[in-house]
Amino acid sequence: MKIHEYQAKELFKKYNIPIPDGGVAFNPDEAKKVAENLGQFPVVVKAQIHAGGRGKGGGVKLAGSIDEVSGIAEEIIGMNLITHQTGPQGKRVNKVLVEQGLNISTELYLSMIPDRATAKIVIMASQAGGMDIEEVAASTPEKIIKVFIDPLIGIQPFHCRQVAFGLNLSSSVMRPFVSMLASLYRLFIDYDCSLVEINPLVITAEDAVIALDAKMDFDDNALYRHKDIIEYRDTDEEDPLEVEASKFHLNYIKLDGNIGNMVNGAGLAMATMDIIKLAGAEPANFLDVGGGASAEMVENGFRIMLGDRNVKGILINIFGGILRCDVLAEGVVHAAEKTGINVPVVIRMEGTNVEQGRKILAESGLSLITASDMKDAAHKVAQLVAG
Amino acid sequence: MSIFVDNNTRLLVQGITGKEGQFHTQQCAAYGTNVVAGVTPGKGGQKMDDIPVFNTVLEAVAQTGANCSMIFVPPAFAADAIMEAADAGVDIIVAITEGIPVMDMIKVKNTMTGKTSRLIGPNCPGIITPGRCKIGIMPGPIHKPGGPVGVVSRSGTLTYEVVHQLTLQGIGQTTCLGIGGDPVNGTNFIDCLDAFEKDPETTGIVMVGEIGGTAEEEASEFIKQQVTKPVVGFIAGLTAPPGRRMGHAGAIISGSSGTAQAKIEAMKASGIHICENLGMFGELCSEVFL
Repeated sequence: MKIHEYQAKELFKKYNIPIPDGGVAFNPDEAKKVAENLGQFPVVVKAQIHAGGRGKGGGVKLAGSIDEVSGIAEEIIGMNLITHQTGPQGKRVNKVLVEQGLNISTELYLSMIPDRATAKIVIMASQAGGMDIEEVAASTPEKIIKVFIDPLIGIQPFHCRQVAFGLNLSSSVMRPFVSMLASLYRLFIDYDCSLVEINPLVITAEDAVIALDAKMDFDDNALYRHKDIIEYRDTDEEDPLEVEASKFHLNYIKLDGNIGNMVNGAGLAMATMDIIKLAGAEPANFLDVGGGASAEMVENGFRIMLGDRNVKGILINIFGGILRCDVLAEGVVHAAEKTGINVPVVIRMEGTNVEQGRKILAESGLSLITASDMKDAAHKVAQLVAG
Repeated sequence: MSIFVDNNTRLLVQGITGKEGQFHTQQCAAYGTNVVAGVTPGKGGQKMDDIPVFNTVLEAVAQTGANCSMIFVPPAFAADAIMEAADAGVDIIVAITEGIPVMDMIKVKNTMTGKTSRLIGPNCPGIITPGRCKIGIMPGPIHKPGGPVGVVSRSGTLTYEVVHQLTLQGIGQTTCLGIGGDPVNGTNFIDCLDAFEKDPETTGIVMVGEIGGTAEEEASEFIKQQVTKPVVGFIAGLTAPPGRRMGHAGAIISGSSGTAQAKIEAMKASGIHICENLGMFGELCSEVFL
């Protein structure tokens, strides 16, 4: 789960990781108040959305006076911000972070992630701060320092020294940097983070180490033990159909295509999306109803797929294991009775109780297109697309 | 003529008295698996069907000689259950549980370094040696005993799909296993490929991967160097967008790493027969393996 920069900075503050003074504002008046309290100029006004590249997209601006703060906030709040991470449709900005301007002397990059290959926590740091780190990693990988930490041992002073000397820090900032890094690691572990990224981490002319930006992502599987993080969820940042699906524990991701699909199991769901593409169409979504889906979940999944206006046809692909085909069939029939299905539906079922499932569908009186296997399903989707 | 599990497997089930644990224990026993014990803390002394239930894994192993554990414990307690089984020296630990926090699995993985136990999963369908023993949640009847093909996969139902297509083509399986869809797991592709390469009854291998991580790329390199048997591969997620987690915690394209295209290219370069169209998987396997 992603959170906003201002929320991540609240957590930083709790862990004594230095951040610029500032506050969040939902309208220009609030922005003015935050700036007044800061009592000095310039201040920075930063759009708060769950995507990077905000500066380039025009979502981060410097203000030299109260009037400018108000004008910039007016402009940014409500704007549709397009960055390389939002996709071409962009994201609506609902709030800004107003912060003191700093006297920056050096910009660094710092992040932590769990490394899947080594099962360690990896700290990545670079002197090339403020830049697109993907690009730095691709073109000049030697400029990125990586330090791996065994979670059973935890972060040690030598780990911090490896990072600090690797960044060529001057002796005067060594101490605050090391203390900041150790705190950041503690925050990372305490909250089951899947990413903490500070880009840039700045060193000011006064030799202070300050997190100018803050990006955090959390392991969804661990949210049950972090109720305070769940409070940070901002459903305005998510697709409305995805929010609806999450209420029913459905794993749904909206995509740009026109063939909806409902599958049990994530791997088979991805493979089904791929087969739709091979058939000459584009998948409208990813929808995994999971192993233990009930008829009610299937029904809701159906309703959510039909809520996407782009959907011109649906492919249901179920390999019954724990999820029995008769349960699936009942869910489809109920959904059809309740919501009415106005697009052609291809159903392919195999596995546990497949005969009972096929019987339920055949006796329902619904006009469903049945497919005997994956090859046949692809063929029938291709026919749908051809019209 | 199998890898990791066979007729000598003596299974214990952690979480045997839960709804899922109970149901799948019965299914495994009905398939012919020798289920010797169950563990549910606080329910020691009870019986599930005729299977004795113990409070701890240590006790269950001492009393019954169990050498394999299947775990159905809920995600918040699953890491502890895996470590308990490893601590008791259980040879093969099959963790079915989905949704274990990554940090918990990182701890498990580091704790297990140097121990003799092999972990399969978590978030996996389990392992089956058709006709002999089934340790997991896969539907038994879709499998065909007798080999000659070994199947290893990161997925659940997608594995059933490929196994089903193999069976329809008359191609039997030596052992089929899912290694799980989480970013941090136990047994990896290379462990399985190595075991299949060394198993005399396995003459061909099916490898099913998906987006996320670099496990398929590493496996491809291993195949190029050390696997002499023909391999058919499939990768799910060509149409998956970057930055979105596709159901499995491990299935996410982050930055330029983990794309299906990169994996397919690495696999092709290692001489793996790539199936581009899942509908034709069985046919391709017929051409390659028969």
